[in-house]
Amino acid sequence: MPSTQTLAPLVNGGDIRKMATRDAYGATLLELGAERPDVVVLDADLSGSTKTKAFSKAYPERFFNQGVAEANMMGTAAGIATMGYTVFASSFAMFAAGKPWEQIRQSICVPELSVKICATHAGLTVGEDGKSHQMLEDIALMRVLPHMRVIVPADGVEAAQAVRAVAAAPGPFYVRLSRASTPVIFSEDYRFEIGKGSILREGSDVCLAACGVCVAPTLEAAELLAEQGIQARVVNFATIDPIDSTLVAESARQCGAIVTVEEHQIRGGLGDAVAQAVVRHHPVPMDLIGMDDAFGQSGTADELLVYYGISAPAIAQRAQALILRKA
Amino acid sequence: MTLSNKQIQAIETAAHQVRVDVLRMVNAATCGHPGGPLGMADFMSTLFLEHFNLDPSTLHDPDRDRLILGNGHTCAGYYALLAYKGLISRDELMTFRKFGSRLQGHPHRNADMGIDFSTGSLGNSLSVATGMALGARLAGYENRIFSISSDGESQEGQIWEAATSAAHYRLGNLTVIVDFNNIQIDGVMRQVMDVRDLRAKYEAFGWHAMDVNGHDILAVHDALETAHNVTDRPSAIIAHTIIGKGVSFMENQSSWHGVAPNDEQLKLALAELG
Repeated sequence: MPSTQTLAPLVNGGDIRKMATRDAYGATLLELGAERPDVVVLDADLSGSTKTKAFSKAYPERFFNQGVAEANMMGTAAGIATMGYTVFASSFAMFAAGKPWEQIRQSICVPELSVKICATHAGLTVGEDGKSHQMLEDIALMRVLPHMRVIVPADGVEAAQAVRAVAAAPGPFYVRLSRASTPVIFSEDYRFEIGKGSILREGSDVCLAACGVCVAPTLEAAELLAEQGIQARVVNFATIDPIDSTLVAESARQCGAIVTVEEHQIRGGLGDAVAQAVVRHHPVPMDLIGMDDAFGQSGTADELLVYYGISAPAIAQRAQALILRKA
Repeated sequence: MTLSNKQIQAIETAAHQVRVDVLRMVNAATCGHPGGPLGMADFMSTLFLEHFNLDPSTLHDPDRDRLILGNGHTCAGYYALLAYKGLISRDELMTFRKFGSRLQGHPHRNADMGIDFSTGSLGNSLSVATGMALGARLAGYENRIFSISSDGESQEGQIWEAATSAAHYRLGNLTVIVDFNNIQIDGVMRQVMDVRDLRAKYEAFGWHAMDVNGHDILAVHDALETAHNVTDRPSAIIAHTIIGKGVSFMENQSSWHGVAPNDEQLKLALAELG
């Protein structure tokens, strides 16, 4: 039986500390710059927003601004990596995963180079910039690529550890980060491991599986369900690819139903990855919460999550409906 | 330093061998791209014999020169030169494009063979070469990065993103060689999508750029030397070539871009090459 993680105070009172995962990335990159002379960073004219700017100030000889040219940035990252460097390449998720997909495939994944694409401003929670900037397809685009591993940290604590982990592991990674300040879920003794999901709350009536900034509302949904006498297991799948299929199967056996939650298209995202593992290892009823074949719009992060049904009450409602379908 | 007669003869011998090998390889594969490598045989042989310092003794040196074949479909000639320089066996050439071969239809990065990058999708090469040049400079190496491209590949927008960046970072260790034969798959480049004066374009982007007859070994050598001596910015060599050079019925024919000669055509072609 996998153990349950210790969580920082979140919904049961106490101080709710907030942090954007992109801030954790920037701070960790700065630390890595001091520890690792082989770390090189590229950005495409968004270093203030992606938080690579601190690294660029501290290690200007190892930072190369690529201007607004993301396809070239990915090829350049690959070329630098062939010379023995570990290269971080950052932009907004829309421009880091969407625009240069072919370059990522041909120049980074085919030759299996140590390029770590750390993409910020992913998902609906980018908010007011609207649909042109709300990247809702990046998990799908990246997880389909051989050799690419996809990490979606749930909070600042996990993001910092994930950035360290991908720097230490060879080969390509895509790390999906957020603009919005979101609750810090994990206590400092949490240990992130590539490819491993983590159980945040135990229960056996239904499993709620989430990633990224959707983990916090999913934990709230579990609280709401508990008030109705429903015990939900909550699992954080920070690694989408490779998905922790052992934990998916074990959760399916224990709970008999799984709801996935993500700020991404339900086609191709976390829900798809979990569904594939469920179908292969232990079929149970599932529901997939996220964007259902739609683009977003302008609004605050919270307004958008509520409107598109990715809020705690909506998650709880969908979970209750799914439980009725259990065998 | 100009080339001695002996050096020129060695390059001519290599270029002849490359042409023979390319025709045999593509014929044996029953598919592939003979036209481009025949057209670039003189240039590539000069590059491999006199400039690009890859050989079995330097293969694993981190600071040796690097080469990326942007027009990856012309790899038959690249593989023939790897064999000529002793990095792969001549027997292996005949496995080209066959199941299980290391000589893939388009190059795949392989440290043991000296293939520095995977290519095949046009447009990606110059960005990667730019990264190699940045990385080499950061590492303090004094090596050269050669990026092989073409007039057709110059239609890709990413080439011009990379041209902007390489000039911005003043990558004197980077040389792009553009095979300009005015032929692409759908016909004559000037008619399909005219890329116009590439020397002027590279100059406008901040490069040192030269036009050269790609079949004039001395001129090619001079251009490569000049590129080496220009250290404050990247260099572009626009190599004007004849696709299919050396085989009369293949010369200047877009139909020979990507078609293998059959046994009868191979015999005729080899007879012409002598």
